[in-house]
Amino acid sequence: MPNAFSRIEDLETTVVILSELAAAHEAEKALLARVACCRYSDAATFAIKLALEEGMNNAIKHGNKFDADKTVELVYDISEDRAIITITDQGCGFNPSAVPDPTVDENLEKPTGRGVMLMHAYMDEVAYNATGNQVRMVKRNT
Amino acid sequence: MQQDHPRMTVTSEGGVTVVELTDRKILDEVNISRISERLQGLVAKAESPKFVLDFSSVMHMSSSALGMLITLHKRVREKKGQLRLSGIQPAIYEVFVITRLNEIFEITESVEKALKTLS
Repeated sequence: MPNAFSRIEDLETTVVILSELAAAHEAEKALLARVACCRYSDAATFAIKLALEEGMNNAIKHGNKFDADKTVELVYDISEDRAIITITDQGCGFNPSAVPDPTVDENLEKPTGRGVMLMHAYMDEVAYNATGNQVRMVKRNT
Repeated sequence: MQQDHPRMTVTSEGGVTVVELTDRKILDEVNISRISERLQGLVAKAESPKFVLDFSSVMHMSSSALGMLITLHKRVREKKGQLRLSGIQPAIYEVFVITRLNEIFEITESVEKALKTLS
């Protein structure tokens, strides 16, 4: 007989925050608590933490440009086998394929431009909507 | 001589400034700005700065923190100084490898090894 407490059922959570890093931090903490409950591997937890931080930072800083009248929506669905995270800002979006590769020689010493690349490196799936103001990321718990 | 700060501990060993970053996470911009200001201030005071940044306590870093290190590295080089990063946890070292920043920074396993490389 299955143990009723052995599996955390899929549950989508939506959080809307102001364009403030402190508010993002609180929302991230709740998401990461759920990741911890689902017993993700250290590597997967590190990846989610990094990609989440980069994604939220991009939404607040580059998307909403810290505009107090704009919000960021964080939607997450964390189960024991995979985490799905969607971040939407109210900015005008960007073209992710136009972001310069930070690992080519001429960009190596530029202090910015690594967030998007790291999200791709650490998550199993990263996709943007057509406008470029929403990113959906998936990490499998392996 | 030792000087404490909420986010770092600064010591001086034989002309080398050793900075231990004491936060487990170097993620958000406010913290990074504070760390950056403090480090840039230390570099500004030195004539030919020799610095070791000890990351032994740091478990998470964001791309903004990497940017802060790149800016610091440039400033140290402008002053004909030397910078070493030490004690980087394997998971964070992987971030340096992915971004190829391990090629521009001199990274050592420990502060002791870093001090030996600084002439």
